[in-house]
Amino acid sequence: MPLTLERRMEPSRTANLLVPILSIVLALAAGGVLLWLAGVNPIETYRAMLHGAFGSAYAISETLVRATPLMLTGLAVSVAFRMLFWNIGAEGQLAMGAFAASGVALFLPKLMPGISAWLLLPLMLVGGFLGGALWALIPAMLKAFLSVNEIITTLMLNYVAILWIQYLYYGPWKDPLGFGFPGTAPFVDAAWLPRLKDTAWLPQLFNTGRLHWGLALAIVAAIVVWLILDRTRWGYEIKIIGENSRAARYAGISIVRNILLVMILSGGLAGLAGFVQVAGISHRLQQGIAVGDGYTAIIIAWLARLNPFGVLVVALLMAALFVGGDQIQISMGLPAAVAGVLQGAILFCVLGGNFFTLYRVRWTSRRAVAQTEVTG
Amino acid sequence: MDLALILSIFAVAIQAGTSLVYASVGEIFTERSGILNLGVEGIMIMGAVTAFATAYHTGSLAAALAVAVLVGGTLALIHAFLTISLRADQVVSGLAMTIFGTGLAAFLGQRLGPEGKALVGMVGPRFRPVAIPVLSEIPVLGKALFNQDLMVYGMFILVPVASYYIYRTRPGLHLRAVGENPGTADALGIGVYRSRYLYTVFGGMLMALGGAHLSLAYTPGWTEGITGGRGWIAIALVIFALWNPYRALLGALLFGGVNAIQFRLQAAGATIPAPFLNMLPYLFTILVLTLVTIYEKTSKHVGAPAALGLPYVRGERTG
Repeated sequence: MPLTLERRMEPSRTANLLVPILSIVLALAAGGVLLWLAGVNPIETYRAMLHGAFGSAYAISETLVRATPLMLTGLAVSVAFRMLFWNIGAEGQLAMGAFAASGVALFLPKLMPGISAWLLLPLMLVGGFLGGALWALIPAMLKAFLSVNEIITTLMLNYVAILWIQYLYYGPWKDPLGFGFPGTAPFVDAAWLPRLKDTAWLPQLFNTGRLHWGLALAIVAAIVVWLILDRTRWGYEIKIIGENSRAARYAGISIVRNILLVMILSGGLAGLAGFVQVAGISHRLQQGIAVGDGYTAIIIAWLARLNPFGVLVVALLMAALFVGGDQIQISMGLPAAVAGVLQGAILFCVLGGNFFTLYRVRWTSRRAVAQTEVTG
Repeated sequence: MDLALILSIFAVAIQAGTSLVYASVGEIFTERSGILNLGVEGIMIMGAVTAFATAYHTGSLAAALAVAVLVGGTLALIHAFLTISLRADQVVSGLAMTIFGTGLAAFLGQRLGPEGKALVGMVGPRFRPVAIPVLSEIPVLGKALFNQDLMVYGMFILVPVASYYIYRTRPGLHLRAVGENPGTADALGIGVYRSRYLYTVFGGMLMALGGAHLSLAYTPGWTEGITGGRGWIAIALVIFALWNPYRALLGALLFGGVNAIQFRLQAAGATIPAPFLNMLPYLFTILVLTLVTIYEKTSKHVGAPAALGLPYVRGERTG
């Protein structure tokens, strides 16, 4: 066979940058074929999606609003993936974060009437983090102490968490004045994350839309995660475990401790996504809090190559696909699920393209092949 | 509990477990060859939507199953190409398949109905129970076992045949060799890449059939998220079953039983709120998986195929 593969000594830098970009182009092309097969004009659809996501200040604000929880879940997943702990449970951790933050928002003001936002919001934030972290600790402990497969446990717990919050907003926490609406009573004003348009000292750029301070939280989280992963001993340990857990053990790194700590951080970040959604957008615990952001996070983390700042950028892109998808549902009557199809296709292309960052494909003469077979 | 109640629960357990059996036997073939396919959920749901759409438009259940098999095989081929030829990470590729399949199924479900509209709420042909003449009259168990739909009978055939194939035939021996030690298998002249492609695609076909049983028999029709995590439960079942089809059947019946009891309690107006009952299968999966993992650790039982999840590169050391 004249076509041979060589493992590159180092991953190709050009390929590292080109593969994600080409993957997106290729996935859009494949999605275009699919749309065309479904009898829709793909170019028109993409144009409508682009316009829906970035066409106006309001659209941009909506895209950023949609990106905020995706940034947090993307960070959550990438922290765990760094040490090859397959946390597929960000969805459930988000739900439990939303549950805990809502619990604080609903019941604390009853104990302390007139509580200020400066106290209530930080407590909700802590609640959200802890809700997600404790939920993530269940599969973490099962993995650390009993080596139970974390892919299955984290995933199963998603269903349990979502059923749990459903139970609450259909049952004991249901708004008695809600006319059967599946949700809790609205939070007091002090539990609302302020919107950027209401923040006086910001430039006029943000004077429209629902964009809230959760975005700043996501950006801060990315910086913190980057500092932890790239600038601390802990981050170094996580990296070593991810690359070679046996070597890590010989080097005296505690795998058990790291699994527990990493999952507290990972689940906590996903829990913050839940906090941001209830405090910034819905202002109550209700149906539609867990809409798959924990799964999209997997795509985001992988596309971003587990880099925290990459996560911010890719989350924005995925949010644009979602907002654009919603727009074509409204304007063209096309299913919003197009966004999910495109995201899956992008991930496939990245996975396939990754091959070319690790291997060099070469045409060689038969003789050279024979030689390498002898020496190799 | 009286006997009639237990038998009716058993009959429902079989129906509820059938999709799990198809899917987990599919995953067993895939994993036995050394390929981990976490895309079961995505392939099942694509099988469910395409099978129902085909049945709805053509009126033919045979055509529906044929389309599901084709779709499942094609999706699994993508996974095979990425993981075998392009050596992509098997975990991530499987997750991608689940995300992609779920998205595409939702998209198709909104387009494949009458005149390009949604499929939700449409009624199509379905598999109905067919009593097997003599066997269904066997006292006690006859009715639960032999008054079922054709796909259930297919499952009764699939499990022994799969087990015989894996443990008692030469190609089955080759399959196990490829998953345990691909280097040696290759040296013996067994085509490692070829068999991995073959069994991954075949496994995908079975997974899609599992999905088809949901939309054509168990919960006839199309609803978004019809699989409800069954693909993941099937993966857990494979671990529980120690990669053995008979044990997968046993596990699936156990899960089906949990489902059946859950419906019973709901129908009987139990005081436990419905969301808690709906949590049962998922909590049960975690519990069983934990127990099996402890059991495997303490006994010296051989668990997963040794080369599971590792790409094979001729002439390179794996692991």
